[in-house]
Amino acid sequence: MKAADFDYAAPRTLDDALALLARDDGAARPVAGSQSLGPMLNLRLAQPGLLVDITRIPELRDIAVDGDALVVGACVTHARLEDGGYPDPTGGVPARVAAGIAYRAVRNRGTIGGSLAHADPAADWVAALTALGADVIVAGPHGRRSVAMADFIVGAFETDLRPGEIIAAVRIPALSERARWGYVKVCRKTGEFSHATGAVLADPGRGVARCVVAAASGRPVVLDDPRLLADAAARDAAVAARLGGDPAAIRPHLVALRRAVAQVTP
Amino acid sequence: MSTTTGVGAPIRRKEDDRLLRGRGRFVGDVALPGMRELAFVRSPVAHARIRAIEVPPDHAGAVFTGADLAGDGVRAIRAASGLPGFKVSEQPALAIDKVRFVGEPVAVCVADTRAEAEDIAAAVFVDYDELPVNVDMLEAVKPGAPRVHEHWPDNVILETRTGGDLSAVAATAAVRVSRTIRTARQCMVPLEGKGVVAHRDRQAEQLVLTTSTQIPHIVRAGLAECLGLDQGAIRIVPPDIGGGFGWKGLLQPEEVVAAWLALRLDTPVRWTEDRREHLVAAANAREHHYEITAYADARGRLLGIEADALVDAGAYSVYPFTACLEAAQIGSILPGPYDFPHYRCRTVSVATNKPPLVPFRGVARTGVCFAMEQMIDAVAAAVGREALEVRLENLVRPEQMPFDNVTGKHFDSGDYPESVRRAAAAIGVEGVRERRARGEPDGRLVGVGFATYCEQAAHGTAVYHGWGIPMVPGHEQAHARITPDGGLELRVGVQSHGQSMETTFAQVAHEVLGIPVDRIKLVHGDTALTPYSTGTWGSRSMVMAGGAVATACRRLAERVRRIGGHLLQVPAGDTTLADGCVRAGAASVTVREVAHTWYRAPQRLPADVDPGGLEVTAGYKPGSDHGTFSYATHAAVVAVDPELGSVEILDYVVVEDAGTMVNPMVVDGQIYGGVAQGIGTALYERMPYDAEGQPLASTFMDYLIPGFTEVPHVRILHMHTPSPYTEFGVKGIGEGGAIAPPAALCNAINDALAPRGATVTDAPMTPEVILEALRRAGGPA
Repeated sequence: MKAADFDYAAPRTLDDALALLARDDGAARPVAGSQSLGPMLNLRLAQPGLLVDITRIPELRDIAVDGDALVVGACVTHARLEDGGYPDPTGGVPARVAAGIAYRAVRNRGTIGGSLAHADPAADWVAALTALGADVIVAGPHGRRSVAMADFIVGAFETDLRPGEIIAAVRIPALSERARWGYVKVCRKTGEFSHATGAVLADPGRGVARCVVAAASGRPVVLDDPRLLADAAARDAAVAARLGGDPAAIRPHLVALRRAVAQVTP
Repeated sequence: MSTTTGVGAPIRRKEDDRLLRGRGRFVGDVALPGMRELAFVRSPVAHARIRAIEVPPDHAGAVFTGADLAGDGVRAIRAASGLPGFKVSEQPALAIDKVRFVGEPVAVCVADTRAEAEDIAAAVFVDYDELPVNVDMLEAVKPGAPRVHEHWPDNVILETRTGGDLSAVAATAAVRVSRTIRTARQCMVPLEGKGVVAHRDRQAEQLVLTTSTQIPHIVRAGLAECLGLDQGAIRIVPPDIGGGFGWKGLLQPEEVVAAWLALRLDTPVRWTEDRREHLVAAANAREHHYEITAYADARGRLLGIEADALVDAGAYSVYPFTACLEAAQIGSILPGPYDFPHYRCRTVSVATNKPPLVPFRGVARTGVCFAMEQMIDAVAAAVGREALEVRLENLVRPEQMPFDNVTGKHFDSGDYPESVRRAAAAIGVEGVRERRARGEPDGRLVGVGFATYCEQAAHGTAVYHGWGIPMVPGHEQAHARITPDGGLELRVGVQSHGQSMETTFAQVAHEVLGIPVDRIKLVHGDTALTPYSTGTWGSRSMVMAGGAVATACRRLAERVRRIGGHLLQVPAGDTTLADGCVRAGAASVTVREVAHTWYRAPQRLPADVDPGGLEVTAGYKPGSDHGTFSYATHAAVVAVDPELGSVEILDYVVVEDAGTMVNPMVVDGQIYGGVAQGIGTALYERMPYDAEGQPLASTFMDYLIPGFTEVPHVRILHMHTPSPYTEFGVKGIGEGGAIAPPAALCNAINDALAPRGATVTDAPMTPEVILEALRRAGGPA
């Protein structure tokens, strides 16, 4: 199928982009790598009147260290994160996560901000950035605000973004040298969306012991309890209580998390 | 092999320079002045009466319906079988009164671009009065099920019965094993979808279709019937084709619509199937259901097989293969390569509210092999022996060749047990057993499985005439012409859609005439330029058209030698033709000089020269009309994750016998591609439908096909038993790779699951299927 008719704009500044998106008919949508919106346009599941291409805005393409955090612009592609070559106080976790996203053709165009804004529960950044305790920097008509990942993802394909707002950057806190990262996706084939994701960050240096289960039906499940790393039965019970539903359906999530925990367990 | 480029030489493909550099010309590349694009309004419901079709006034003249076609006298597609009891369906190219599956074309929209045509399609309103739906063939055959075709008494398109009574065997057999086995409905997913450009050629006074088809001459015949035109008023010119697998082996309703519109609007029109259309409206292959019982003695020697096989044939009968090709074949090929005395099989082709079933690479064999090979392993388990041993003891033996099996299939040659032994050695059965005994550090379960099949190919008149379908293959013809500069042009009516014919037919001609392969040009498919052919299907092109090319070239060789002998002043009988030269003793004259003489210096020719000159049309049939029998054993080693139900293929071996291979590299390519598709059938591919008949996968997010990382390195070993009936001893092998993988992988998975007491019987063997089998067997928790 071919997309329905739409207008296209490619502003060079964030202010221009926000002005275009502020059109009060609600028909404008931002687009970056177009790896989710593109197919939706072609299937006519999305029919915006105006596409605002934000990939030419220089500040959205920066990767920088700011204090004790890695700040990644919304339009940074998965491929750039995968390839490294930037200072990374998180010890390479974003590069590892990026390398496992879909396949290279998708990574060449897909962006970290686009993935978060789309908020597919199975998306890697939804799971990984939640586990990393990242913050989302949101720019809008009323200025900027910072939202914790755990609050940013509201549900399946639902975010805290308000009309006229876009993601400007993601702020990933630095990890200590003792930090360990576990990450397991259950996919039927390479490049396919995950059916169950387990992410674990164990950073004794910062007092973090976080388990995340994602790719279920809603927002990620976050368990911030260090005892759960050692107690598999309690962990399974906690996840089951949060996910609910058919034991057979949640089983892959338990397995993914158990295997992610095994990766951080010396 | 007589030369380094003739029959048997693994030369690189002539067509690759064009195709691999993106310089081919496909339907999507065609640009004609004034060409308009088509989009179809397709039914969003599986079964409904059409109350009304409303076209917004500003789109009047851009939308056409079935009533418009009927008004112009366009007839429905009708593909009948002569088998007794066959119920004939009529498929209007655009639905009239009723729709019978989701995706059925209801109206066509014309615009300058596809996007604008889709805008119009979105604005057309169709009022549907929904009817009860048949989604499951097992329900559709029950009394009182809603009828897909209301004037039929039920949904049974055709029922066949093969064989006799097994009650005596059942009463005395030491072992009886029964299984219910099912394969899913699949899409064929060629790289390039279906597509067609239609236009009127005023000079030739012809309707011309540049269409992505495997069977141009048959499309012409079917189209002429639908449009009421002389076949001579239609020309089919296939462009480059990006794979077919059967999906392009039929007359498509969209071809009829495009052809009619090109005439009605007097302007070129194009339709290109997109992936969503393909997934939704072309999920049409492989859906089988078996209730099967094997009887054996205490050692596992088969005494008899009885089976009830149902095939979900969808809503209509496709032209020319009909709605019963798949099921009717099951009855005759279910015994596979096994020798046993008693057999009974009932098959039912069932009409449902799904797209019409189309023969897909392997046609029926993939399901048959899946069923039969599971039974061999089940019998082995029942008698407590290795499946490998039981398989070896039941296969037809080489000393029985040629062999007529329990359904009268005539096996031409080969050593089937040897293919099993070689596969077992190559896969390292002992090593797998030791590895299993040690256990895997990650807790996965390892298993090894085998599947053996025979591939009847190049089916002849004897096989097809009994079915009474609109097409029966007879002699295949080829035209060969030596050009004035000593090159060669070949014309064949089969159509390459990835089979490498431009290379392999040139190798055949080179083998006979010695003209260099790069000076041989193949013209194929175009109905205006090539001899009539039923086309490329059933792994027949090399056997049939290749045989015809060889025959035509041999006739040419005689004429070349006659002229050459005259030039050398010796009798033709004293000459030989080799390496492009006619020789007599130390003297020689090149084919090029012979050609020059015929065309440019006829004054030098003898008085009694053959006036047919240096072009020949020759017909060919193999010595046996029953088709060739290639065969193979596939062996797979898998690791099953019992917690997630996922399967990794650790090793895969194919031992196959294609007889004489014209180009071993091309044969290997066919096998690699076929195995990849077979892995799709085995592990990934399934079009799910909900209770209302809605297809639930409309993109590759939901319809999974194996990719680069899911297809292992396949190790191929060749055996060489030339067919006694064909030119050079070739056998058809185009489909074989896709036949055995589901069976081999199923047996491997079941071998892996055996310690847990679990068995899978349905394809695809998804994580859900495997976990469910484990659950039934008592684990995992």
